[in-house]
Amino acid sequence: MKEAIKIEASKTFRSTTTALSGVRDFVNRHAVEFGFEDREVSEIVLAVDEACTNVIKHAYKGNPDAEFVVRILASGSEFQIIVRDWGNSFRPDDVPIPNIRDRSRKHRAGGLGIHLMRKLMDAVEYQGRDEANEVRLTRYLRNEPKP
Amino acid sequence: MNDFKVLTRDSGNAVVMELHGFLDAHTAPDLEKTFSDLIGKGKYKIVVNFNGLSYISSAGLGVFMAYIDEVRNNSGDIKLTNMQQKVFNVFDLLGFPYLYEIYKDQDEALKKFSDK
Repeated sequence: MKEAIKIEASKTFRSTTTALSGVRDFVNRHAVEFGFEDREVSEIVLAVDEACTNVIKHAYKGNPDAEFVVRILASGSEFQIIVRDWGNSFRPDDVPIPNIRDRSRKHRAGGLGIHLMRKLMDAVEYQGRDEANEVRLTRYLRNEPKP
Repeated sequence: MNDFKVLTRDSGNAVVMELHGFLDAHTAPDLEKTFSDLIGKGKYKIVVNFNGLSYISSAGLGVFMAYIDEVRNNSGDIKLTNMQQKVFNVFDLLGFPYLYEIYKDQDEALKKFSDK
């Protein structure tokens, strides 16, 4: 078992879709550094992209003057990404699991992102904190016991 | 900045759409416009070659969902080909193989259209 490292990193992004590539680079760099394999890194990066896309499109409704923060806290076997915004709050439980066949008929594509996040990560938690919204995405290194 | 590019060309009775780069919430509108233009011209037999696509998020997946009914209602289809494994994994996670024909090779998909 390789020696686990500890990571605490944080970066602020402007709420526009042009920021997404920067978010992906930031998360990718630290997920690699923490010891995830290529496929795991891709999955973590995609989950965070989905979380940030939701912030940009739904919490801030495309307001490019707003900002959100991506924070990475990793130690032991746990790699956690916290996305924090100060926009409209979000109730993930209101979003049903998409039925791909039904949704295609309705010409709608929403809800896929949340569904993907839940499939790709070990845990996805939403909470309101002070004036902010937080989504906390957790993934564990393989070959390490979950707490 | 992660770029995205889409190229289209006619091939027999179908259109081949080649995707390159990164397809996310920023670049999905480009793909949406390409689909909209093709459908506006009455082109409903579409083969999408993913060989050059390195990344897709749900915003990109949503574009395929948005147009599949319209093309099928007009005797066409959107057939997907040449996906890199990590892109296929995303489609697979959401159950797209139940809804879309996915081929390893572009020529297989084109043959399906020309056989009809």
